[in-house]
Amino acid sequence: MEEEPAFDVFEVPYEDNWMVLDALNHIKDQVDGTLSYRWACRMGVCGSCGMMVNGKPVLTCATYVEDVLPGPIRVEPLRGFPIVRDLVTDIRDFMVKLQRVKPWIIREEDKPLAEGEYLQTPEELQDYKQYSMCINCMLCYAACPIYELDPDFIGPAAIALAQRYNLDSRDEGREERMDVLSQHDGLWACTFVGDCSVVCPKNVDPAGAIQRYKLDATVDWFQSVLMPWRKR
Amino acid sequence: MAKTLNAGYTRYHPKWHRVRVPLFWWVRSASYIKFIGRELTSLFVAYAAGLLLVQAWVLGQGAAAHASFLNWLSHPAVVAWHVVLLATLLFHTVTWLNLTPQALVLRIGRWRVPKGVVWAGHYAAWLVLSLVIVWLFAGVT
Repeated sequence: MEEEPAFDVFEVPYEDNWMVLDALNHIKDQVDGTLSYRWACRMGVCGSCGMMVNGKPVLTCATYVEDVLPGPIRVEPLRGFPIVRDLVTDIRDFMVKLQRVKPWIIREEDKPLAEGEYLQTPEELQDYKQYSMCINCMLCYAACPIYELDPDFIGPAAIALAQRYNLDSRDEGREERMDVLSQHDGLWACTFVGDCSVVCPKNVDPAGAIQRYKLDATVDWFQSVLMPWRKR
Repeated sequence: MAKTLNAGYTRYHPKWHRVRVPLFWWVRSASYIKFIGRELTSLFVAYAAGLLLVQAWVLGQGAAAHASFLNWLSHPAVVAWHVVLLATLLFHTVTWLNLTPQALVLRIGRWRVPKGVVWAGHYAAWLVLSLVIVWLFAGVT
């Protein structure tokens, strides 16, 4: 076992249409069975195979080897997270933060089942659909220098998911989430670097979600000062 | 199983490895450099705003004071410095205005104003306000 983390070099045959994940699987199957990394679906849905490839956070199952050539291709664990082993990071911090923003529909009072489902217009669906595409791959965290410098920052995906529920016409939990996100480690820690949106494989645009959230928070604050009688 | 006080503690496992953030993390990519440039040029924006306020104050001190101020402004070193200043202000403004469509979602009724219109609206407002300021100072001087 090494004293300090170190890089290993592996030679992998080039195959047409191989993804970086295929190359890693080749190493594990043929060269070094101890190599550890996460993966599951191989189709860009589960969000578990995110790694740094040549310094950029990507889903390795959705990144062609030929797109990151010429070699050597440098594969590292997602930046900003504690490393458990090889390419596996500890993601508990994200899971805790995700729960803090309550990413589920909150109702002050549920209507009786007999009254049927909550209906939504196509426009109301469009309001939040983009943010609902998040697959929790955490590439946005790896792209965010603020999270790397200050791991207390709630981070892009958690805030985008909070916004996804805030914009849902069925939800009534905006104030509860604002109590969490208006803390110093919430919205205002974001300085709009914008790389979270660039690397997002599902075009969720977390940076946009955070800035919209800031605007909402500012309007709420002015309303509470200028019109204290008005309910938010 | 006994509960531990530290939620981040994992039993029977040493501390996970954390990579230290390098001092020059912001040179890792062009977008980080652009971001830091945008943040740092806000100091130049503050200087330019201060300069405008000083000029307005000097105007109130009379024609002689203002002429002396204009004389200082026309010194080659000050002109050179202000050319650099103009470049930083343009960089700051353009990089911020280009972000506005991402941050601002405008609706008129059910219609969402296209991003391009939000972007163009900000540039138009910038142009109009700049012309108003030029007109004000040109009228006075």
